[in-house]
Amino acid sequence: MSATQLPDLLGHFGRFGGRFVPEALIGALDELSAAHQAALVDPLFIKELSELHRTYTGRPSIITEAKRFAEHAGGARIFLKREDLNHTGSHKINNVLGQALLTKRMGKKRIIAETGAGQHGVASATAAALMGLDCVVYMGEEDTKRQALNVVRMKLLGAEVVPVTQGSRTLKDATNEAMRDWVTNVETTHYMLGTVAGPHPFPVMVRDFHKIIGEEAREQMLALTGKLPDAVLACVGGGSNAIGIFHAFIPDASVRLIGLEAGGRGVETGFHAATITGGTRGVLHGTRSYVLQDQNGQTVESHSISAGLDYPGVGPEHAYLHDIGRAEYRAITDAEAMAAFSLLCKTEGIIPAIETAHALAGAMKIGQELGSGASLLINLSGRGDKDVHTAAEYFGMPV
Amino acid sequence: MSTALEELFATTRSERAILIGYIPAGFPTQEASYRIIQAMIDGGVDAIEIGFPYSDPVMDGPIIQAAADQALANGVGAKEVFETLRFAADLVPSVIMTYWNPIERFGVDNFAKELAAHGGSGVITPDLTIEESKEWIAATDSHQVNRIYVVAQSTQPERLQNVTSQTNGFIYAASLMGVTGLRTSVASGAHELVARIRAVSEVPIAVGLGVSNAEQAAEVAGYADGVIVGSAFIRAVQEANSLDEGVAAVRLLAESLAAGVRSQKR
Repeated sequence: MSATQLPDLLGHFGRFGGRFVPEALIGALDELSAAHQAALVDPLFIKELSELHRTYTGRPSIITEAKRFAEHAGGARIFLKREDLNHTGSHKINNVLGQALLTKRMGKKRIIAETGAGQHGVASATAAALMGLDCVVYMGEEDTKRQALNVVRMKLLGAEVVPVTQGSRTLKDATNEAMRDWVTNVETTHYMLGTVAGPHPFPVMVRDFHKIIGEEAREQMLALTGKLPDAVLACVGGGSNAIGIFHAFIPDASVRLIGLEAGGRGVETGFHAATITGGTRGVLHGTRSYVLQDQNGQTVESHSISAGLDYPGVGPEHAYLHDIGRAEYRAITDAEAMAAFSLLCKTEGIIPAIETAHALAGAMKIGQELGSGASLLINLSGRGDKDVHTAAEYFGMPV
Repeated sequence: MSTALEELFATTRSERAILIGYIPAGFPTQEASYRIIQAMIDGGVDAIEIGFPYSDPVMDGPIIQAAADQALANGVGAKEVFETLRFAADLVPSVIMTYWNPIERFGVDNFAKELAAHGGSGVITPDLTIEESKEWIAATDSHQVNRIYVVAQSTQPERLQNVTSQTNGFIYAASLMGVTGLRTSVASGAHELVARIRAVSEVPIAVGLGVSNAEQAAEVAGYADGVIVGSAFIRAVQEANSLDEGVAAVRLLAESLAAGVRSQKR
């Protein structure tokens, strides 16, 4: 089976993926799978979602050539796919609108979501408001403090935000709590998972809602440059924006696909969130992939300056693309990401999300490696408004 | 060859249901957990379920989560889990309850092998689906230990047949759609689920999730072959002012639950 035809019917990407969940969830996952499969070939669904994207999300998102930034990237041409210009400020809206439409089709009235930095929580609350669904967002207590403004945004949008006080009080624990809610309320509730991880069908479904990024970008690059880019780059936490831009390019063997993971203080220090670079094969949150874990199979806490990448797992399709060598994954440290963050601000007038800054730091390195004449496509997955406080603290600017 | 657990069901099933008590390994400490297990057995618990503490227990409510966190903080790993199993299995038939990742990390065949070597009868795997079980089925067959799957009220008929046909020792019937913890009453759907399982399987059925007092235990013992109690024992330890007090409370609770279970004669 070729890489673009995966997963199989049980949600496997090679030896990764599948379903590792309590039996109580199997019925709901089967129902979701069926709704997703039906929607994919239903002209009404496709029309409704594309109308929403045109009139609400702001799709297609544009491509900006970053000429001044490129001077710091070995003279390669740098193209930014501007997902930061979407409504709610990131790629996350692509997925939540799709899932919200599926929720209505399944006759469910309540959605739950996990969130780390709050971007997926805000996007979920937005979709719920738009479609008249009840919305509960689970967020680690630590993150509710670090991202207090996003908590307010979610509340303004009518969502209930539940601070999670278990475990490390971050995204991993918020995900656990969302799964517990789902096990309990599965008949009335849809779990709007925010990335390409979790049990089947989430990895394939969330990918299908994000692959529009790469489909648009591929056409746009051909129109702009007359050829395909030499490399496509994206940051990888769970991996949704990366799969979104990679997917359309998987059959294009000449195009390198490069995922940039959060190297934190350096993979060698143990304080990082670079799951493929520094993790081992395991099962977390319902799927088999790479995981940060100890010798007993206990999940190890991840570390990153970027809350959105601060997750000890990664989507199974990335694990597969890594294993077959179709995509490469590298770690970018907090310091490298923040330098790229600052550079994009000052050379292009664009404040990127700190997550996205990892991809930009990767572009600076890959650009140097490939040299002038190369063309790189970067998924500018989100804007940095939410990160102003973190950046001010990092750069020692008084607020 | 049958496991100690299978033999227990074979001898008691026609007379009464059995009482199964759960405790995570290393809770509240390794030594103290042995005293609690002993108190459960002294109070009338027929079989022990040792939890493998895990960092991300999505099927567990706050009481067991807190106990698992405490055990993990004590540094409990596979070695301690198997040592605890050895202690319990020398006294009564005993199984391990574990999320899947610790098994995969330990080595699937190796886990079944060590389980058998430490006198364990089987393993309850709450997040291992039948579709992902190929290696586990081979390992448990090879080392002749029971693989105990959980079924839920939402499990569809065809799937119920499929899952129960791969289960031995006992079938774990989740009494409700939810996580472990205390409930004021046993969900009405539990009885119906047990009846649905009976129609497709000869394997003994134990009901768990939310059973915490003698009245509930008696009710479940009226239709199931086993009653599983976890959170109530753990809460008894958590609420005690000292270990001695906790051990005494566990024994009293076990006596009360055992009386409830034994009140239902066949």
